[in-house]
Amino acid sequence: MNFEKPNIILGIETSCDETAAAVVENGTVIRSSVVASQIEIHKRFGGVVPEVASRHHVEQFTVVCEQAIKEANVEWEDIDAIAVTQGPGLIGALLIGVNGAKALAFAHQKPLVPVHHIAGHIYANRLVNEMKFPLLALIVSGGHTELIYMRSHASYEVIGETRDDAAGEAFDKVARTLDLPYPGGPGIDRLASKGEPIIDFPRAWLEPDSYDFSFSGLKSAVINVVHNAKQKGETISKENIAASFQESVMDVLVAKTMKAAKEYHVEQIIVAGGVSANQGLRKRMESACHDAGIPLSIPPLKLCTDNAAMIAAAGSIGYLKGDRADLALNGNPSLAIEKFSI
Amino acid sequence: MNILAIDSSNLVMGVAVSTETKVLGEIITNVKKNHSIRLMPAIEQIIRDVDLTLDQIDRIAVAIGPGSYTGVRIGVTIAKTLAWTANKEIVGVSSLEALAQNGIHFNGLIVPFFDARRGQVYTGLYQSKDGKVECVQEDRLTMMKDWLAELKKCQESILFLSNDFDKHEALIQEILPNSVIGEAVYNNPRPSEIAKLAFTREPSKDVHHVVPSYLRLAEAESKWLEKQVNKK
Ligand SMILES: [Zn+2]
Repeated sequence: MNFEKPNIILGIETSCDETAAAVVENGTVIRSSVVASQIEIHKRFGGVVPEVASRHHVEQFTVVCEQAIKEANVEWEDIDAIAVTQGPGLIGALLIGVNGAKALAFAHQKPLVPVHHIAGHIYANRLVNEMKFPLLALIVSGGHTELIYMRSHASYEVIGETRDDAAGEAFDKVARTLDLPYPGGPGIDRLASKGEPIIDFPRAWLEPDSYDFSFSGLKSAVINVVHNAKQKGETISKENIAASFQESVMDVLVAKTMKAAKEYHVEQIIVAGGVSANQGLRKRMESACHDAGIPLSIPPLKLCTDNAAMIAAAGSIGYLKGDRADLALNGNPSLAIEKFSI
Repeated sequence: MNILAIDSSNLVMGVAVSTETKVLGEIITNVKKNHSIRLMPAIEQIIRDVDLTLDQIDRIAVAIGPGSYTGVRIGVTIAKTLAWTANKEIVGVSSLEALAQNGIHFNGLIVPFFDARRGQVYTGLYQSKDGKVECVQEDRLTMMKDWLAELKKCQESILFLSNDFDKHEALIQEILPNSVIGEAVYNNPRPSEIAKLAFTREPSKDVHHVVPSYLRLAEAESKWLEKQVNKK
């Protein structure tokens, strides 16, 4: 399949708490990328409130689209297709992007390309580095922890996923226990860099041949340690708890990723999703990949968190491959990525 | 002027195309099906059926609620996006005001309502006068019991319009035994009425500012506000 054909894609993303639109050329060059973040709005609730997120998406959707088109300096005639996150995500939030995208596709008679949110996170890498196949992608975010093997473009095989909490979810919950604000990742990362990993929290390796993850036991262990200390009136170093928790998460993430990378003989490892902003994870992955001699790609911060440039980048591949949706497209909160495989 | 009207704010889904003098076409369903799947195809179909194209639509009218949060958002998102990207005027219309229009030939007060669970309703008070149905008490979310007690003070006869009588008819009969319960044909909000109302309204100055009328805060927001008050 020819994935080199020139194309300009308008990408739309509303699966969680970011309203985003972007224009991307050839799946690799960002012409514009606009994100209206709701982090500040959800902070006071200690997490994303789906109804509140959906309300903000309706208010921001056309504003964000207008800005993306204007900044990209493109006309509608120049745009080859509209790519939109179909799922997974919060259903009420997904519906805004999906219905907005359908209205745009109808108004301008453009092909509508459905995109899997995780494929978007993976393809965020193509906006900075060309992808080398076969590759292994580690996706870590508030909603996901997955290892995906890709033999070529648009070929997705989930070889491992979380059986309970996503890594990012564990970060948020532990952060709350340590009285850190939402989202928890940056706060834990900062504290961890000042502490020592001296507390031996559990690491869930699961079955020896499994690439799956589990973080709920670890999360409970951290909460217990903090709770017990409080009851006994002991003060424990938050820095050390953060460092120990982070170490435990990273041990499992890095070890499983490296083991899979060797077994599948990959040419590249990709890390993506909100948690890939974590400095601890970046450093650990860099040194592990260096030791194993496998090139590592982690997109810059603003492409790690949810954005629409990544949806347009994945949409470029979907467009060239022939993925199409009609005006009856619906959001799907538990969409499987394999459906988008060649 | 050609107006495209869109309503997915409650169980009834409706789209219509009208001129000042004619309803060119109208699609209404009153079944529990997914608006997200069906609304955009219905819009495409109604425009095609009346032999127009989107280019020939001048104004878009949309029901902005109250109603199902998700339903309202689907209609408003599509209406806003079409209006913005295809450069159309846009007018938002209350979903209750749209339903109240069905009582235009009733001599008295008109009370449209949508069930809002746990004994609550979205409702308002309207009056038919000089060939127009106008709002006399603004749309609100209230307990049906309290609302009926308030309506009891009115001296005029009252027509209730709703698809949710199964949940509220007994109480209406009990408190206001002389009121009129709408017949089935009058209980579906009609998108052609939304178009009719939109002809006489000033379009929104800024399409980006068109927002749903939920008449209720998100639960997390009201809880949060409550906490702030208790803190003081
Ligand atoms: Zn994401």
